[in-house]
Amino acid sequence: MTQTDVPAGAETVVALRDVQKWFGDLHVLKDINLSVERGEVVVVIGPSGSGKSTLCRTINRLEPIDSGTIEVAGEPLPAEGKDLAMLRAEVGMVFQSFNLFAHKTILDNVTLGPIKVRKTDKVTAREEALQLLDRVGIRSQADKLPAELSGGQQQRAAIARALAMHPKLMLFDEPTSALDPEMINEVLDVMTDLAQSGMTMIVVTHEMGFARRVADRVVFMSDGEIMEEATPEEFFTNPVTDRAKDFLAKILQH
Amino acid sequence: MEAFFDYLGRYWEFITQRDSDGDLIYNILGAFWVNIQLTLWSGLLALVLGTVVVAMRISPIASLRAVATAYTNIFRDIPLTVVILMMWLVVWTQLGVTFGGKMITDFFVLAVIGLGLYHGSFMAEALRSGVNTVPLGQAEAARAIGLTFMQSARMVVLPQAFRGAVAPIGNTLIALIKNTTVASVGAVSTETSSTMAGMIEFGPQFIFLIFLTFALGYVAIVIPVGTLSTYLSRKLAVKR
Ligand SMILES: Nc1ncnc2c1ncn2[C@@H]1O[C@H](COP(=O)(O)OP(=O)(O)OP(=O)(O)O)[C@@H](O)[C@H]1O
Ligand SMILES: [Mg+2]
Repeated sequence: MTQTDVPAGAETVVALRDVQKWFGDLHVLKDINLSVERGEVVVVIGPSGSGKSTLCRTINRLEPIDSGTIEVAGEPLPAEGKDLAMLRAEVGMVFQSFNLFAHKTILDNVTLGPIKVRKTDKVTAREEALQLLDRVGIRSQADKLPAELSGGQQQRAAIARALAMHPKLMLFDEPTSALDPEMINEVLDVMTDLAQSGMTMIVVTHEMGFARRVADRVVFMSDGEIMEEATPEEFFTNPVTDRAKDFLAKILQH
Repeated sequence: MEAFFDYLGRYWEFITQRDSDGDLIYNILGAFWVNIQLTLWSGLLALVLGTVVVAMRISPIASLRAVATAYTNIFRDIPLTVVILMMWLVVWTQLGVTFGGKMITDFFVLAVIGLGLYHGSFMAEALRSGVNTVPLGQAEAARAIGLTFMQSARMVVLPQAFRGAVAPIGNTLIALIKNTTVASVGAVSTETSSTMAGMIEFGPQFIFLIFLTFALGYVAIVIPVGTLSTYLSRKLAVKR
């Protein structure tokens, strides 16, 4: 993979402004302002229930918001329909539970989007898919069904499936939380490579080592609010708020 | 013993009687064939309806969901006899809907439509249980790569729903096979239960054998369907 140098502030890929979201009476996103520049890796951390997943899911509108604006590559999110589908194709998403299509082979999981959404011809889609599977180290598993793979392999397949759409941005929602410990690193390694190749990424994770090594910026959320936003160095050595201090104390204990 | 074989012999004569044209008076095999045809056509209709209705029930559009739910509840709650009678007495007699002139064809087609509408609601429920076997995350993943609702339904959710619903679809089909006998109240007089009623009227001394004949006929049709559905539900199950 080649390193692409992106000058800071070159291009804003995601911009959330004054975003509010409720689930019934529960205010899950409170006045969120966040922007992510091209090539940036933003790690979102925070206690359970703080709204990290919801934040991720609003960016490709899997969850609609109640007020505020979200722009991806300078365009506001379209309403439900064909345009929204096209926008989602530009935003890769990797889930905690992999969510591979269980009835399709790994290869077909990866080529489905390119063929049906991008209208890529089958031969090209297949070639690209095999290259991507090679890149994430599971080319030999291409013809297997998801259930025949280990969790780590499934998650790498899910990353390949998202990359096959040539996304402008990748969202990761706790991609290693469902994995056995021995498989966490194989997934984090793929993500690290991806970050080094210049991909713009928003990553919700509890892997503090990954955050320290790979993040350009750490965003700390609590109770639906962004409490802190800093470089990993600053955040981990000098957290400002009590909540961040508490959280770090708890998570760094083990 | 001899008397029993004698009795069987007389029953055989009874069921093989022919009229002056040389046609069987009680065409039992032909009657079963009518029920099989009713099953095939209305089964196809029910499956198509069930698929459309279940797609509507999972769609993001509230009005489509409401229509689908209403359909499912209505046809699940009305007795089949009423549905079939309505096809005959309301749709055919009152509204004058016909299909190509011959009355026998009209009654057959109307019975197919009635059976299809009725069992469509059960097919929809069977398929919905199949949809419930597909983790929600897969539909989200499908949307996340840019598939539209229709594409995600067609390529991701429904294929797995069908494979997860083979057993309940098989059960609905078995119920349908037996329920085709209700077509007799819709003036389809050539099917099994009408034929059986005629035989009982003219051969009451054979009543037990007549019942046995038709019961065994249905068992012979249903057993392979049940076996196939059990086999397919194992073979097609999606590994998770
Ligand atoms: N679909 C929903 N309906 C109602 N409430 C929801 C829904 N999804 C999430 N919530 C609630 O919103 C809040 C934020 O949830 P969210 O999943 O975004 O938190 P999180 O930070 O990702 O937590 P975790 O670390 O446990 O994944 C929680 O209180 C959660 O219970
Ligand atoms: Mg979460």
